[in-house]
Parts: sequence; C-alpha cells; structure tokens
Amino acid sequence: MAGITTLSSATFDETVGAAAKPVLVDFWAEWCGPCKMIAPVLDELANEHGDSITFTKLNVDEAPEVARRQGVMSIPTLIVFKGGQPSKRIVGAKSKAALLEDLAEFL
Amino acid sequence: MGEAATARRLLTGTVSPAPHDVVILGSGPAGLTAAIYCARANLAPLVFEGEPSSTGDQPGGQLMITTDVENYPGFPDGIMGPELMAAFRAQAARFGAEFRTEKVVRVDFSEQPYRLWVRGEAGADSAARARAVIVSTGARSLMLGLPAEERLIGRGLSTCATCDGFFFRGREIAVVGGGDSAMEEALFLTKFATKVTVIHRRDQLRASKIMQDRAFASDRIEFLWNHVVTDIVGAEAVEGVQVRHTETGAERILPLAGVFIAIGHQPNTDLFQGLLGMKPNGYLVTEPGSTRTNVPGVFACGDAQDDVYRQAVTAAGSGCMAAIDAERWLEAQHDSGHG
Repeated sequence: MAGITTLSSATFDETVGAAAKPVLVDFWAEWCGPCKMIAPVLDELANEHGDSITFTKLNVDEAPEVARRQGVMSIPTLIVFKGGQPSKRIVGAKSKAALLEDLAEFL
Repeated sequence: MGEAATARRLLTGTVSPAPHDVVILGSGPAGLTAAIYCARANLAPLVFEGEPSSTGDQPGGQLMITTDVENYPGFPDGIMGPELMAAFRAQAARFGAEFRTEKVVRVDFSEQPYRLWVRGEAGADSAARARAVIVSTGARSLMLGLPAEERLIGRGLSTCATCDGFFFRGREIAVVGGGDSAMEEALFLTKFATKVTVIHRRDQLRASKIMQDRAFASDRIEFLWNHVVTDIVGAEAVEGVQVRHTETGAERILPLAGVFIAIGHQPNTDLFQGLLGMKPNGYLVTEPGSTRTNVPGVFACGDAQDDVYRQAVTAAGSGCMAAIDAERWLEAQHDSGHG
C-alpha cells in the first residue's frame, strides 16, 4: 500500500518491530523548514517504492521520547529499520536522487 | 514534420526545447528578485531553484533556515525567513517565472545558446539552453573541517539551529563564531538550552551592535574569547569540544551536548571553476557597478559574488541589477542581429 503512515509513541515500537518489510521513519516537526521541503519528495518515494519499504513519519513534538531513544538530535532524520533494528540513518534534507541512492539497498 | 511527431520527439528528448531568454540559477533573494524583474520584462525566466538540503544551499536560500528577519525593509514587526522567501517566490510565479526544483551541476558557456545540466543527466542532452544566464547560487555555511564533523553531524553537531535547537532543551551547548549569524543562533538557542557558550577566536565580536547588545544582555550566553575549536569529542553523540587558546596554546575540553557552527560562509561557485572569473576565495568577479561577469550574457548577483555586504536586501538589489543587465544585453544582441 502506498502512502505514508503517521506513527505515534503508542504505535512506533509495534510498527517498526513487527514489520517484515524495512520501515522508514521520517522524524520531523512543523517548525523545521528542511523537513517541509522533503515531505513531497517522501510522498513521491512512498508512492513509487511502497512495495519495498513501508514509509512512516513521526512528529518529534508529539513523541520527543521516541526521538531521544533513537538518538535523533537533528531533523529531518530518516531511519530505516530492518527486523526492528536501525539499519540506515540519513540526516538532513536531500534531493530525491540522493535519497534514492541512500535507499538503494532496500529497493 | 507534423505537430504530433514534434511533440513525440520533444517527449523522447531527441529535440531540445527552444532556448530560454534567461535561465536563473538559485532562488534566494537575488535569484527571485531577478526572476520577478525578468518575468515582468516578458523574458519568461526559467529558475533552477535548487534541491532540498539542510545547509542553506536549497530552494529559498539561507533565509530558509533562519527565523526572524528584522532588517528587511517593509516589515516593521519582522518576518520569518521562510515566509519572506515564499512571498518572493509567489511574486515571481505570479508574473510567469517557471520553476524547476533541481540543481544545475554543469554548464557550458563556450557557445550560444549556453547549456545547463542538472543532476542525473550525464548524457549529451542538456536540461536547458539559455541565451542569458543569471548566477545567484548564494553561499553556504563553512564547517570547521574537522574529521569528527562527519561522524557527529546530526548527533549533536548541527548546521541548522532552527531545525535542531529543540533537541537541546535543558542542555548546555556552544555556538562557534562571532558574527551576526552566530549571535542570532546563540540567542535563538537560549529558548532551549540552559547555557550557550559562544566560542570566538578573537577578543571582540564582528556582529552588528544591536546583536552584540542582545547577546551580552542574555544571562544564558557566555563568551569564550580567543579560543578555537580543535576537535569535537564523543563516539555516538557530541560530549564536548576541545578548545585551544589562540595566544597561550593551552588546550582543554568543554563538556557540551551540542555544537552549532556559524563561522562564516563560502560561495556556491564550484560549478563555475575555470569558467567564470573568481577571487581566490571563490566569490565571482563582476564588473564594477554592474553584474556582468567575464562571459558575455552571464550575470552574477547575490552572495555568490558578494563577500562584503551579504544581506538579503543587497542580494535582492543585485538581483534586480542582474535582470536589467540581462534584459539590456538581450536587446543589444537582438539589435545587432545575433539574437
């Protein structure tokens, strides 16, 4: 299924831990300009590559403890989880082409 | 060739679209002001506005990662940087400027029309052709150049105070630098951090008087004068910075949770190395009193050519100059039959 699932502190562990597919989590916030800039890029990636990766997002204002637990100290940070474990971490906004390169191993 | 066949060949890329009169590289205050003026002169400018990034080298430019802009005329109560840039862009779009959210990575100024390529296009087909080119690629923040930076970026080391200040609530952090951007970041970060140490290599600030006064008045900001950062320590996340006294050479480690770097800027002009005249520091050279570069039909404006003023309003002013220079140059080409 394409699209981006919104996570909360209540659903984070379950979504990330139980998945067979890699799960990408976009740590973002309303006040972060670069986060807003990559949102449409992530929408496109979710539509094009939703079969290989589950795309999700987590608002760090609403779930600061999850961000802290994952060591997120800068946003946007994208973390790809495989079998519940963080497998790839991408810090900072990037172009679609650069993100595709970073995510190639999961596609 | 019939219309359908032309359309098909256009789609498959075997026929390049007609050259644009003006292509603008970059979309900060300079590029967007140039776009407004070119669009109003019916030059249908194409703007390569850049790619998403967290460095300031992005659509909208450096103001996209700032908060309050208090010195742009016309806004007595100040305006948020991203809001100001959204208004610039809307104004350019209203008059017909065309935008592509891509970054130009290669140019060919050897023959008219000039050719430009974006990332991912290695082939012979260029992304666009242009009679006149306006370079407004801006500048980005300088880093310290320490090996630890790559490891710790996003783990306590930040290039974007507005993005990352939130994560330092109740912590102690440092801002490196002594100019206006350093003071602005330090003051912004006092909203979150309990203590902000400004580390500066001199014994006085370069920042404007008003910013200095505000920083000195904050009880959460401390100053460490005559010190440079020689290392950032921490394996998984920033735990401190190693600093050296510039006179005595004495080194010590300051325990900290975060470091924000604001030591200056470098122009985004790598792409023009060997093609356009530039100073040893990489800033493009323009003819005095104009935006003309050494290549006819290529004009430079904004921070890419300004290592003196570097303000949003001076960038916008020079963007206007570039648009007028480009328009007159195109007219002269047309009049002499080379258009």
